Amino acid sequence: MIRLQSVTQVFNPGTVNENTALRNVTMKVREGDFITVIGSNGAGKSTLLNLISGTYPPTVGSVHVNDVDVTRHPEYKRAAYIGRIFQNPLLGTAGNMTLEDNMMITYRKGFKGLRISLNHRMRDFFRTRLKDLDMGLENRLKDNVGLLSGGQRQALTLLMMVLSEPELILLDEHTAALDPKNAQIVLDLTTRFVSEYRLTAMMITHNMHHAIQYGNRLLMMDNGEIILDVDGDEKRALTVDKLVKKFHEIRHRDFESDEVLLTDPNE
Amino acid sequence: MIDGILIEGLVYALMVLGVFITFRILDFPDLTVDGSFPLGAAVMAVSITSGVPLWLGLLLSFGSGLAAGSVTALIHNKLKVPNLLAGILTMTMLWSINIRVLGNRANLPLLRQETILTLVRRMSTGIMSNTMAVLLFFLVVTLVVKLLVDLFFHTDLGLTMGAMGNNEQMVIATGVNPETLKLIGVSLSNGLVALCGAFVAQYQGFADVNLGQGIIIAGLASVMIGEFVLRSNRIGLLTLRVVIGSIIFRGIMFLGRYYGFYINLTPTDLRLITGLMIILSLVATQMRSNRTNSQRGRRSAAASTNNRTGVGAGGTGVGNEGPAGTGGGT
Repeated sequence: MIRLQSVTQVFNPGTVNENTALRNVTMKVREGDFITVIGSNGAGKSTLLNLISGTYPPTVGSVHVNDVDVTRHPEYKRAAYIGRIFQNPLLGTAGNMTLEDNMMITYRKGFKGLRISLNHRMRDFFRTRLKDLDMGLENRLKDNVGLLSGGQRQALTLLMMVLSEPELILLDEHTAALDPKNAQIVLDLTTRFVSEYRLTAMMITHNMHHAIQYGNRLLMMDNGEIILDVDGDEKRALTVDKLVKKFHEIRHRDFESDEVLLTDPNE
Repeated sequence: MIDGILIEGLVYALMVLGVFITFRILDFPDLTVDGSFPLGAAVMAVSITSGVPLWLGLLLSFGSGLAAGSVTALIHNKLKVPNLLAGILTMTMLWSINIRVLGNRANLPLLRQETILTLVRRMSTGIMSNTMAVLLFFLVVTLVVKLLVDLFFHTDLGLTMGAMGNNEQMVIATGVNPETLKLIGVSLSNGLVALCGAFVAQYQGFADVNLGQGIIIAGLASVMIGEFVLRSNRIGLLTLRVVIGSIIFRGIMFLGRYYGFYINLTPTDLRLITGLMIILSLVATQMRSNRTNSQRGRRSAAASTNNRTGVGAGGTGVGNEGPAGTGGGT
């Protein structure tokens, strides 16, 4: 479905700040994959997602979607089939607009015309979908999104994204800014939506337990490279200890991210 | 006189609506306005003196504003020039163009020409007083434009534009090119401003290249004053408070012009006053947002504050009566 071909990304080339975020990465995302991506800070996880979503073109290499070269397609064009959620809950919704306005804007992808689509039928539809979230949002269609909590806002973003029927969703640590309880709610919603809507998903996480627990495939990144790519039974058999050991075998040094190792499995 | 303030406030409300679209909805501080306002006036004046039908003249003015706005948006989009600079560029170039439009003159009087106002006055003779007719006419014009703007922001395109100034990433995520939205929004805004210029030229009886000086600041001040009147997330109320803000602003300017004399103010001090008013609004807004932040979350409380300020400011808006003297714009 998505193919990255020998992709290298260099930031600030030719300056003292030159930084190679990705080194000659080749990978494929198959249809139906739910990939968790793990790695320490600066490993290139977000850069990988940025290249797929088209935030910037790669320095070298190409990006293909269903065998079409989309390397030079701008982000807004790729957004037609890619949904994305950021760590910051504020980025997915417009805080000074109402829930119904927000949902209407993202409901259909692509350029919007001079049609007035927000009517009672649409509102009823939004209400039933909001009820699914079980957060009481169905009674707050006319409230500004800015009044919602971070968890509610991220859940709403998630719902808005799946309603737009993307083929691939990119989750960039989308629960990291939430408190543990809300993070779990949003994470549960994510897995539910992924299976309900048969979405292909890539999820960056700092939590090793989550990376192992969720999805059917796991990527481990370090220093701009994908150093581990496991799926199926092998993925199911993984434990945190095994992952850390594997990292050591491959890189001949210790996995250095306190954040990753210290996270509580029950979070 | 009160009707003078109301007329001016309603006429200039068209321009303030334009400023509101760029500054508040698109978050695109657009200085083209200082050039597109006299452009609309010039196009209208030339249309009138060369015998073009009035409705076509208004349409041409609106179109000239659209064109001016699109130039700014294109400079910003394609050359990646910051929006402020793009606006200043267009505004500066428009000064020369406006003189060309006026036929290599700095101004063009409309004395003894048939304008939309002479038409209104003639048609209303015997039914009501001239001033009343003009007031009624502009009330209708402004309301119709306001409702059209409301309608636009209810469409899917308008809603998406509403998200633009708030969260550009969201606009991208829904598969819309933000550059296209900026192009549409800034053009539309300047179209309204030029249309306003066309009406002002007829109201004052002349078009002048310097008509646009300080327009952007006047527009911004009006928008900010309006924001004190009421708070809402409904577009109909947002545009209504723009109109109210415009009327209050003209009222204050009128007082400055008329009574300022007693405290040694001259008309040239008005811009200083306008600037100070904007700063004052900024300070007050900041103080108010600090206060609401500290008692955040209570929606019912917020609603009751809205009502209180709404009624209070509505009262001050039209509460001042003074002797005649409509005069020119700022």
